[in-house]
Amino acid sequence: MSAVLAGWNALTCAALIASGALARIEKRGELRWAGDLQGGEPYVYRDPADPGKLVGFEVEIAEALAKRLGVRQRFVQNDWSTLIPSLLRGDFDAAMNGIEDTPALRAQALVTRPYFSFSEQLVVRRGFPLRTLSALHGHRVGTLSGSLAHAILRENPGIEIVLYGGQEEPYRDLELGRTDAVVLDSVIAMRYGLTKPTLELADPDVARGTYVIAVRRGEDDLRDALDGALGDLLARGELESIFVKYRLPPQPSSATEASAQPQAQFDSAQALLFGRGAAVTLVVSLLSMALAVPLGLALALARIHGGRIARLSAHAYIELFRGTPVLLQLYLLYYGLAPLVHLDALTAAILGLGMNYGAYEAEVHRAALGAIPAGQAEAAAALGLSRGQQLRLVLLPQALRTALPAMTNDLISLLKDSSLVSVITVVELTKQMTITAVDVRSWALPGLLCAALYFAMSYPLARLAARLEARLAAPPEPSSAPVEAAA
Amino acid sequence: MSAIGVTGLRKSHGPRQVLRGIDARVEEGETIAVVGPSGGGKSTFLRCLNGLTSFDAGTIRIAGVELQPCTPPDAPELRALRARVGMVFQSFNLFPHLTAAGNVMLAPVHVRKEAPAAARERAGELLARVGLADRAHARPTELSGGQQQRVAIARALAMSPEILLLDEPTSALDPQMRGEVLAVLRDLARSGMTMLVVTHEMAFARAAASRVWVFDEGRLVEDGPPAQVCDSPRSERARAFFAHG
Repeated sequence: MSAVLAGWNALTCAALIASGALARIEKRGELRWAGDLQGGEPYVYRDPADPGKLVGFEVEIAEALAKRLGVRQRFVQNDWSTLIPSLLRGDFDAAMNGIEDTPALRAQALVTRPYFSFSEQLVVRRGFPLRTLSALHGHRVGTLSGSLAHAILRENPGIEIVLYGGQEEPYRDLELGRTDAVVLDSVIAMRYGLTKPTLELADPDVARGTYVIAVRRGEDDLRDALDGALGDLLARGELESIFVKYRLPPQPSSATEASAQPQAQFDSAQALLFGRGAAVTLVVSLLSMALAVPLGLALALARIHGGRIARLSAHAYIELFRGTPVLLQLYLLYYGLAPLVHLDALTAAILGLGMNYGAYEAEVHRAALGAIPAGQAEAAAALGLSRGQQLRLVLLPQALRTALPAMTNDLISLLKDSSLVSVITVVELTKQMTITAVDVRSWALPGLLCAALYFAMSYPLARLAARLEARLAAPPEPSSAPVEAAA
Repeated sequence: MSAIGVTGLRKSHGPRQVLRGIDARVEEGETIAVVGPSGGGKSTFLRCLNGLTSFDAGTIRIAGVELQPCTPPDAPELRALRARVGMVFQSFNLFPHLTAAGNVMLAPVHVRKEAPAAARERAGELLARVGLADRAHARPTELSGGQQQRVAIARALAMSPEILLLDEPTSALDPQMRGEVLAVLRDLARSGMTMLVVTHEMAFARAAASRVWVFDEGRLVEDGPPAQVCDSPRSERARAFFAHG
């Protein structure tokens, strides 16, 4: 499949070269560049005074560059972690969003000269005694997934890395004590970290790096034009005045190359990480289901047999949890409730998914209990069984049999929904896949391995459930004679 | 003292009066065949006797327990009564996830806390008594209707009830299977079990019942020995029923 993709890429590239990227942009009259508005300040974000308008230092750079190319600029929203794959797909002309110059990036795309230099900065809670990266071995350190800081942290194997999707959350968790330090570049640190009074700078210069603009390979004419325009902006001091306007941190005097890290290969070490991701996915899914089933049962019983209050509460719970996105519930549980309940990420993930799926299981159990003929409970009551005994000995064993296919369905669905917990820093299979894909700059192989692992987990579960179903469906016991013989 | 004493029993479903003042008495060891047209209140009366249906007014004394009007069917105080009064349903209501023996031993183990081994042995004896010694390990779905109803009778007998209530035990069965079940009931009647059987089987009523009751429009309109009630009923309603039935 990757060969096919490569071939297809080569074809499109050839077609684009033939016409020329610059010629295409001039004909269109528009330079399309991409970034991510989420946590976009000060790069590219909506003007608080006029949300219809985009501002940010990269917007101004894009405007200045487009002016020099004789076209307009147009922003394309794209998730930060997939900027490069989207660029390669041809969704836009250039990616410019705090993209760090790394050998790994250069292996995938053409890069312009740097338009900004920064240092990676270590931020800790005020007064925290450990103030260097090497001192933090054995501690939890937060950073952005797929960033240069992430790569630097990975060179320190003793550090437990906690990955985030946005710029603000790492500092929030640092304040809460969920991590002991955050490493991110100076722009982010100044904007999101050091604005919090409880945090302080421990090491202002862990490493250095530069932001570059990425364009597709083969579009050298566009890269050269952007380089020329950037050089002009630099010489005229326009870049400097944009940086001052947005109060960016001073650039390190000598912007050295970022520590030269070899591009990650998709090797056995990566595959091992996938195995770990799969294990996290399985543990989160099974424990969530182990919570959801009894919770759902309690809710179903409250709805069927409970008093007015219990019935209404159960109904409200079910509708609330089914009617709002599980992603939102995870955010609220992990970040929203953090000042009150201090849950670690894995616990929050299991609780969040378990409570959400509990609402669905409640309806499964309710339907299954409702499908049992009234005569069953009457016969049990007539024998003198208590309410609890009727449920436990007569009704639930029958309901379980009816509910099993739906529960299996939900478990398999949960296995895949568990990828949502990456928003609260749990690195499960899908998150591991995106991390690896960004590292090795290829989505095909990691994607296929990821899919294979999901299937390898869900298929045996389905088989197991099918066997259990068959057993519960009361097959004739080998010892008993056929009906006709006795009748 | 009588096994069952009922006075002034009334029951309504909304505006419809199902039982309009029943007075009746059953002595120990009697077998009562309860007959009458559909909708006459026979089944409701039977279900009131063990609290599966609540009643509005009147008194019921059964197996030494006094039932109060408007007691909900799941009231805990009914459990003692139900351990002493067995019930057999028209639709058998066997528990499909348990074997025949499992059905029979469920209540002894969980209500009377008998040791499972002892309960299993006794379940075997009871199944033998209803002619199903070789079907102890069969699930309900593997049994014919007549076999299922005989298991249901064994299940009711497992609690050693003083009184057995049977609600149309043969109505869901074809003629051949009815014979199997009625034979078991005749044996039980001969053994001195106190039984109330709601039934349409007039031959059974004649042969096995000590008395026949005729219910019509919520009233007990006829109460007497089978020959007298069936051959020369005193009430107009009973005469009409036997003429058509």
